[in-house]
Amino acid sequence: MTAVGADTSVRRSVSRRAVLQGTGALIVTFTIFPVASSQETGGAKTSAGAPKLPGSLTNAPFLDAWIRIDADGSATAFTGKAELGQGIKTALLQVTAEELEVPLNHLTLITADTALTADEGYTAGSHSTQDSGTALRNAAAQAREILIGEAARRMNLPADQLKAANGTVIAPNGARLSYADLVSPTLLHVQAQPNSKLKDPDSFRIMNRSQPRVDIPGKVTGGSVYVQDMRLPGMLHARVVRPPSYGAQLATVDTGAVERMPGVVRIVRDGNFLAVVAEREYQAIKAMRSLAVATQWRERPALPKQADLAATLLSLPVEDFTIFEKPVSTSTAAATAVEATYTRPYLAHASVGPSCAIAQLQDGSLTVWTHTQGVYPDRQAIAAMLGLAPEKVHCIHVEGSGCYGHNGADDAAGDAALIASQVPGHPIRVQWMREQEFAWEPFGPAMITKAHASLDSSGRIADWDYGVWSNTHSTRPGPAGSLLAGQHMARAFPPPPPKPLPQPEGGGDRNAIPLYELPRAKVVHHFIPSMPIRVSALRSLGAHMNVFSIESFMDELALAAHSDPVAFRLEHLNDPRARAVVTTAADRFGWAARQKGGNGRGCGFGFARYKNLAAYCAIALELEVERETGRVRVQRIVAAVDTGQVVNPDGIRNQIEGGILQSISWTLYESVSFDETRILCVDWSTYPILRFDSVPNRVDVDLVDRPGQPFLGCGEASQGPASAALANAIADAIGKRLRELPLTAARIKAAVGI
Amino acid sequence: MELKVNGRIHSVAAAPDTPLLYVLREDLQLNAAKYGCGLGQCGACTVMVDGEAVLSCVVPILLLQGKEIMTVEGLGSIDKPGPMQRAFIEEQAAQCGYCIPGMMMRAQALLQKNPQTSDAEIRRQLEQNLCRCGTHMRILRAVRRAAQLMQTPETAVDTGRST
Amino acid sequence: MSFASRFARITVGVIVTLAVVSALFFAFAWHSSIDPVEPPTASAFDHAVVLRGAQLAALGECVTCHTAADGRVFAGGRAIPTPFGTIYSTNITPDPLTGIGQWSLAAFERAMRAGVDRKGRDLYPAFPYDHFTLLRDEDVKSLYAYLMTRQPVRVPAHPNELDFPLNFRPLLAGWKLLFFRQGRYRQDRSHDETWNRGAYLAEGLAHCGACHTPRNLLGAEKKDQHFGGGESENWHAYAINSASQSPVPWEANTLQFYLRNGWHALHGVARGPMTPVVENMAGVPETDVQAMAAYVISLMGQPTPERVRHAEGLATRKVAPPVAAQPDNVGATLYTAACAVCHESGRPLPFGGIDLALSIGVSGEDPTNLLHVVLEGLPAAGEAPMPIMPGFAHTLSDPQLLALLTYLRSRFAAKPLWSDTETAIRHAQEAERRR
Repeated sequence: MTAVGADTSVRRSVSRRAVLQGTGALIVTFTIFPVASSQETGGAKTSAGAPKLPGSLTNAPFLDAWIRIDADGSATAFTGKAELGQGIKTALLQVTAEELEVPLNHLTLITADTALTADEGYTAGSHSTQDSGTALRNAAAQAREILIGEAARRMNLPADQLKAANGTVIAPNGARLSYADLVSPTLLHVQAQPNSKLKDPDSFRIMNRSQPRVDIPGKVTGGSVYVQDMRLPGMLHARVVRPPSYGAQLATVDTGAVERMPGVVRIVRDGNFLAVVAEREYQAIKAMRSLAVATQWRERPALPKQADLAATLLSLPVEDFTIFEKPVSTSTAAATAVEATYTRPYLAHASVGPSCAIAQLQDGSLTVWTHTQGVYPDRQAIAAMLGLAPEKVHCIHVEGSGCYGHNGADDAAGDAALIASQVPGHPIRVQWMREQEFAWEPFGPAMITKAHASLDSSGRIADWDYGVWSNTHSTRPGPAGSLLAGQHMARAFPPPPPKPLPQPEGGGDRNAIPLYELPRAKVVHHFIPSMPIRVSALRSLGAHMNVFSIESFMDELALAAHSDPVAFRLEHLNDPRARAVVTTAADRFGWAARQKGGNGRGCGFGFARYKNLAAYCAIALELEVERETGRVRVQRIVAAVDTGQVVNPDGIRNQIEGGILQSISWTLYESVSFDETRILCVDWSTYPILRFDSVPNRVDVDLVDRPGQPFLGCGEASQGPASAALANAIADAIGKRLRELPLTAARIKAAVGI
Repeated sequence: MELKVNGRIHSVAAAPDTPLLYVLREDLQLNAAKYGCGLGQCGACTVMVDGEAVLSCVVPILLLQGKEIMTVEGLGSIDKPGPMQRAFIEEQAAQCGYCIPGMMMRAQALLQKNPQTSDAEIRRQLEQNLCRCGTHMRILRAVRRAAQLMQTPETAVDTGRST
Repeated sequence: MSFASRFARITVGVIVTLAVVSALFFAFAWHSSIDPVEPPTASAFDHAVVLRGAQLAALGECVTCHTAADGRVFAGGRAIPTPFGTIYSTNITPDPLTGIGQWSLAAFERAMRAGVDRKGRDLYPAFPYDHFTLLRDEDVKSLYAYLMTRQPVRVPAHPNELDFPLNFRPLLAGWKLLFFRQGRYRQDRSHDETWNRGAYLAEGLAHCGACHTPRNLLGAEKKDQHFGGGESENWHAYAINSASQSPVPWEANTLQFYLRNGWHALHGVARGPMTPVVENMAGVPETDVQAMAAYVISLMGQPTPERVRHAEGLATRKVAPPVAAQPDNVGATLYTAACAVCHESGRPLPFGGIDLALSIGVSGEDPTNLLHVVLEGLPAAGEAPMPIMPGFAHTLSDPQLLALLTYLRSRFAAKPLWSDTETAIRHAQEAERRR
């Protein structure tokens, strides 16, 4: 077996074991600077007094925490970020190979692993290229210059006469020294510098070119890619019997018959935590089913009425944060006032593969293979839950099914860890069942937004008030009480008190501040601490709802101003890069020449800069509404994106396309259902998502090239604009505005009337 | 009991009521077919049985004696990918990739029966398979490309059976 | 008299007789064309009338037959398989060229009541004018108002695929002469208003009998076996009269719930051609659904005390009691391995699997639908919540299927196998292979 987690496609891969053992000249001397896990921002924290280093270099300032060169000249890059299907491995390899001047296929990448990589917090918030890509790019550039400097010393030539290419330093006279010749154990064990000699974008050979993703060949040929695919010696299969509802108490369980079932090794009970361990996977499933039947729970109704969800949430106590306030600059008489309220239900991550983890306790140390988004915070939570020192817990990221935020990944890791702690020696594989993933994943929070604005007599916005009501958008680990196992075990850890994620990135208020120029504006985040339903981070956090609301509202204002939606946006937009994506999308779509909306055919537009800090994205789309049924058929979509310096153009297109299609599903179809006691959507019957028959005919993504500009994360840039473009196109098609998500066929039909 | 998978006969010790998926993954150590729901609702576990797309998570192996089972591993290898695999690589038709093997097997069954199939028919067939990353546009392109590759003599030669 | 002259006279006689009969027949068969009109504008109709028309159209299932798979609503083109060939539904949007845009109310009314199109051609009785003839004038007017205010769609009619001589439309006049009687619904004064409303709708617009009444060789409903179980698109339409085999006898409130929601905990989920029926029923006034349920229940009559007792036992149990493994019984093994996971999960309907002791598919008079569901499952479609079940086509052999059905029938219905199960299995498997 090759090293777990290594790319099956990168043939000359350095195995993890080789890395761990320090084979060859590879030096394992770097120190991981313990940094408190960063929040949902995913990003680095600057420690006081230290020089401001680029990207995540702040977290781990030694170059050899990021780049190492083996005695044979092969290079290894290290990142604390994880591959989630977003293609980050390929992008980071491109960045590193480009600056280090090594061939792409001579470079290996090690991803999130508490024994090997820097603590880069969570792989979240579209930060990976910004944080880790920037760190690796600068580390690689500095390493290259160090290697050139070493060559200059040995050749006795000025460094500026030498250049690096293909893992070799070349002198003007043709003399060469390979990196293998130059490297020594301490050469790269130096502190990073704030400034690097970065390559000119014109000389890029690897960056800004579409590179095939390194993980795809393995994924389409049955390679061992996912944590689900791992088979370790002596591995046992576990299944958890979850309570039927939040807060249910285990009353009685009769384990006798299950213990005698074929293959059953152990039943683990710890408070309300109940699991069964068996030799074979299907034995574990059958035992889990029997155990569930043999268990009685005490449940109580504690969930809000789904039909009154918005009213219930609005009635809960709030903590108000005014996140933006601009007093009136010029007094203009407001001519027209417009106001609107928008709502979003709870949304599920709904990964196609339910969560899975493997844990093994050996000699007092626990190893956990997990598809968590944050190996360090997960380690902290697991260690606290089991009363182990963090150094005794080793978390290794192995890919899972796409997660789109905080799904069951960490909880499955917690489950595996708790079971493994009671069945020492054996690797314990916990695979969540489909219904467990749906019933127990923390959902993307339900939200309500209210917008009020006035137009002056010239049809420009004079005045803007906006409020967003939301729970927190992160209940991620760190604390043991963030894990279900931690909450359910006898020594129950309370869930940590919820906190709003701070601006400028924000949580529920992410993208609540419009990028538009407004003479007077106030934006308030009404943070709701009480969480009737388990919630956490879902891709783009509050941005989906805030951009849906703001961009729907911009269309409502444009209508009141008798203005074209794109022209109206441009009138209020000064940022030249924002204007560029808006005009690019409109031009490529043929916005000006579009058919007038009506009779069930409409066009819509949406724009945002994700977090007002990351990628810019504008989307235009055309759709048809079937009048008799309300069914939406999206015809074509054009997106324009500015991600700063592009690393992998096709990778960006893949992310933007994916975000758009996922947003179509969220926006048109999805909502979590529940009664007063239980979550009711537990499978694809009850939580339907986009199917192929409803996929658009065409999606085009246009990249606005910004050579030399900082990387801007794009993984969450398109969801908000896509949702608004859909709502606006539906309004254009039927002449009615829908403000309640999801925009289902039934709701559209009700708006259309007979 | 005996199962014929990717052209090879395997003797497996699993109980006859075990769904095929667990036997493929645990006994035969084949990774491609994925557990997605165990309910026959998502298509992640799709394999081919006698040329038809079948959901391996709900079919007990006792139904499969004497039948030809094929998984993605039977379509080719990482060193010698078959046309369907090549098409997915060339179109970069994956994000997390978890649903992709199921998509490939349903598409393979369709194209083996009807190499000239229409876009509408590809969508209709794939309706049973879910993708959460939103890779649909690329999956559709990859299936169309696979149809072309299968009809091109130099790429259509071998659909695997390499084991 | 010579042979020749006698022959001539007979010949003349025959010719004259034929001519007279033909003349009479064609006089009967000939219908005048009704002049085209300018398509009326939407404002020509009162909104309340259009609204009522929408509910009536839902009751009448217009959309189901007059919309092709992947086609535009009401634009026709749906293939309707009949024992005589395939008939394609027509475009009933108000498009003047390809739809009914040029039809006056009189032309529309004649089609509904007499099965004759605007140009005077007889319509095939796949269009159930033998039921629609019962409609009240105001309901015809409402339907007309609704259809004429739809979006016009230009889709030309797909030619029917019927073999000679059935493709010769004038023959339909003969069919009508034999089987069709025009006439409006007549109140039955021995029943109350609700019953009469239900009868009017169920026999007329909702045309329940079109599927649930068996048909004779010429495709006409057998009046003496009214609601006695029929056929639709290769599915069986169960008996909904006193011959109903439903394990738990239907009651007015359960039938009303089922029609309205498409499922009932004691009866299961509507599938096959009943799926669109119940989908449409969601847009019908509750009182109308209630009236139809009351009417149909009255035809079912009182169940025997034995059926009632059996039903009480079924209704109160939570899930089927577990059965010990029977390694020698292939059917039992198959059920346990492939079916019980969902059907004994205890998860409630409509998304959980039904306790098969409650299933009419297992207990009913015909195995066709059970075979459909076992082989095709309840396939996922679209993005609204719906029950999904995997199908077992391509994995179950004929003998395995027979073993499974034998087991299901004996364990859950305590009945012997259907008399022609093996033939039904063969036909169902062949149909799957053609799909």
